Amino acid sequence: MKRTVTVTVLNQSGVLNRITGLFTKRQFNIESITVGPTETEGISKMTVIVHVEDERVAEQVLKQLNKQVDVLKVTDITDQAVVSRELALIKVLTTPQTRAEINVIIEPFRATIIDVARDSVTIQVVGNFEKIEAMIELLRPYGIKELSRTGQTALTRGSQKQVTDLKQYSILK
Amino acid sequence: MNAKVKTKAKPLTQAMSGADLFIEALKKEEVEVVFGYPGGAVLPLYDALYRNPIRHILARHEQAAIHAAEGYARVSGKPGVVIATSGPGATNLVTGITDAMMDSLPLVVFTGQVATGVIGTDAFQEADVIGITMPITKHNYQVRDLKEMPRIIREAFHIATTGRPGPVLIDIPKDIATTLGEDPAFVTEVNLPGYQPNTAPNVLQVKKLADAVAQAKKPLILAGAGVIHAHASEQLLSFAEEMNIPVVNTLLGLGSFPSDHPLFLGMGGMHGTYTANMAMYEADLLINIGARFDDRLTGNLQHFAPEATVAHIDIDPAEIGKNVDTHIPIVADAKEALEKLLETDLVAPDANEWRIQLKESQKEFPLWHSEEEEGISPQRLTKMIHDITNGEAIVTTDVGQHQMWTAQYYGFNRPNRWVTSGGLGTMGFGFPAAIGAQIAHPEDTVVAIAGDAGFQMTLQELGLVAELNLPVKIIIYNNQALGMVRQWQEAFYEERYSQSLIPCQPDFVKLAQAYGIKGYSVTTEEEAESVLNETLNSREPVLIDCRIKPKEKVCPMIAPGKGLHEMIGVKP
Repeated sequence: MKRTVTVTVLNQSGVLNRITGLFTKRQFNIESITVGPTETEGISKMTVIVHVEDERVAEQVLKQLNKQVDVLKVTDITDQAVVSRELALIKVLTTPQTRAEINVIIEPFRATIIDVARDSVTIQVVGNFEKIEAMIELLRPYGIKELSRTGQTALTRGSQKQVTDLKQYSILK
Repeated sequence: MNAKVKTKAKPLTQAMSGADLFIEALKKEEVEVVFGYPGGAVLPLYDALYRNPIRHILARHEQAAIHAAEGYARVSGKPGVVIATSGPGATNLVTGITDAMMDSLPLVVFTGQVATGVIGTDAFQEADVIGITMPITKHNYQVRDLKEMPRIIREAFHIATTGRPGPVLIDIPKDIATTLGEDPAFVTEVNLPGYQPNTAPNVLQVKKLADAVAQAKKPLILAGAGVIHAHASEQLLSFAEEMNIPVVNTLLGLGSFPSDHPLFLGMGGMHGTYTANMAMYEADLLINIGARFDDRLTGNLQHFAPEATVAHIDIDPAEIGKNVDTHIPIVADAKEALEKLLETDLVAPDANEWRIQLKESQKEFPLWHSEEEEGISPQRLTKMIHDITNGEAIVTTDVGQHQMWTAQYYGFNRPNRWVTSGGLGTMGFGFPAAIGAQIAHPEDTVVAIAGDAGFQMTLQELGLVAELNLPVKIIIYNNQALGMVRQWQEAFYEERYSQSLIPCQPDFVKLAQAYGIKGYSVTTEEEAESVLNETLNSREPVLIDCRIKPKEKVCPMIAPGKGLHEMIGVKP
């Protein structure tokens, strides 16, 4: 199962190493990790997407992170209403014929072209994981030359009402 | 009146070097002894130590220095302090640091480092000690600015000794130690927002436990080393006696409950007693106090305490639910939790039948060993050591057969007398640990029980014992083999004794004599008894090479992967 965990840490040297080392030692599988400063100086926040076997391991991830002296707060936000975003830069091969097509494809994703060369364009897209995956799939036939993704970062929503990010279940299936 | 002018207090603004600050900080922490080994990067620290002495124990190898510090910490309850130089000095500590981490021993370890200007250039004797020790310490620091030194040292001692104890390492670059700093502000308070160990139990959970106790038909207490760390033996005894609940110890928990008590069922786990393991298998309420459900205790988790409501008191929340599903979690210091429990309206469970069942089982399945007369039986030897020392000695071991025989047969009645490498299972641990224990308790009898193979891993410390004339008693259970490896090869590898037999051995007696230590070699139990009687309560070091029966095995046993109820070798 996939869990999204945010970790608030003191921005000490080596703290990223401490966290990733802990994941290695305990065999927790990281899918993505992002880190950056927060609104408070000296405090950073990480967003970790981690794959775990079951609830017990998920609980261990939180508890082991909490044991770290430089860790101030650990929250599993998987089951909360969150906004999560990731940025991707995608360099796609182009010919004069395909350039217009690509423009049309990326438009609904609200992606932008940020670099143009004779035989390629570089596209920037921001969104949640699924959106970026979807756009990449559409661009793949044209030939993706290079791809770089930041990994997801996330915040819980200001109000924790039922929101569309959560899966909908129906008795009609 | 005396007209003497009052001497002025030393001005705080006096310039101090990093090394002086270091010594000053150790004194503020009331450190009485440090274990270490000098080298290039710690020359400034050792120079400060020369000018401003704190007792320093010069081991002959850094690994022995840290094991000695572990032994010291284990029996004294105070943090063990270690100094080693950069590079090889620091890497030689790695086993000891890991050992202390696994067995929750408070250590503060200082390592030298190359000067800040050359860190990262692969300088002479440089090693990334912070990176290396990150996963094996409770926390570690590198001092990058002299001003931070007092705070870091204060925090290190605080972190090492509070909550679940553990090793903390401080890496001090050489230039930081020589820099002069003004006005060192020694902090007394620590401010660690990310480190707030909880010691007080949740009252509701305690109530839940009390209710479970009242309803239990087959209650059982499992007491681990957490009881010893929390100084909660008295409370454990009161609770067990008032509720009349039988007690099982973990390997490291031995001594937390008197072994001669009628409620004591012995050690549980791989080489535990049959009754202790069957009690865990059949219990309907298992109260774990300060044990971490280690795999050597639980055996196959599927068959561990299948019928039981599990209550778990632990200072470390991450241990609760890690291996065994827990119904009543109590994150707390064992002493505070037991005190709170004793304050509640406890109703003793109706468990008479259960106790009778266990008593009968104890009678039917006691620990047993070969009664063959020839050669020295290691089990009878251990009982002999117990009798001659009145069960009052501090006993240390490595890992393996001799460790299990000692755990099974020595019979510990008080806490802090048993020093062994439990979690990491470190060969070569026991002898240096005995040195540290003897330094903590110079008047007490300290017995280092070692295997012939493990002893050869740290035997260079005979030099230290001779130098300080420490009355450590080294008893080698010599079966000319890696006994436990041999036993497993016999049981699970069709007697293919791959690299486990060591027929070529030094003459241990002459070896001891080379260091000026009395040595004896004994081949019969009569000889052993006479030598032990003569030497165990003496005030000088002694080495006794005991030729035990080479093929003796540790029984009974839960084979790897098997459950508690599948013990083998339960009866002769």
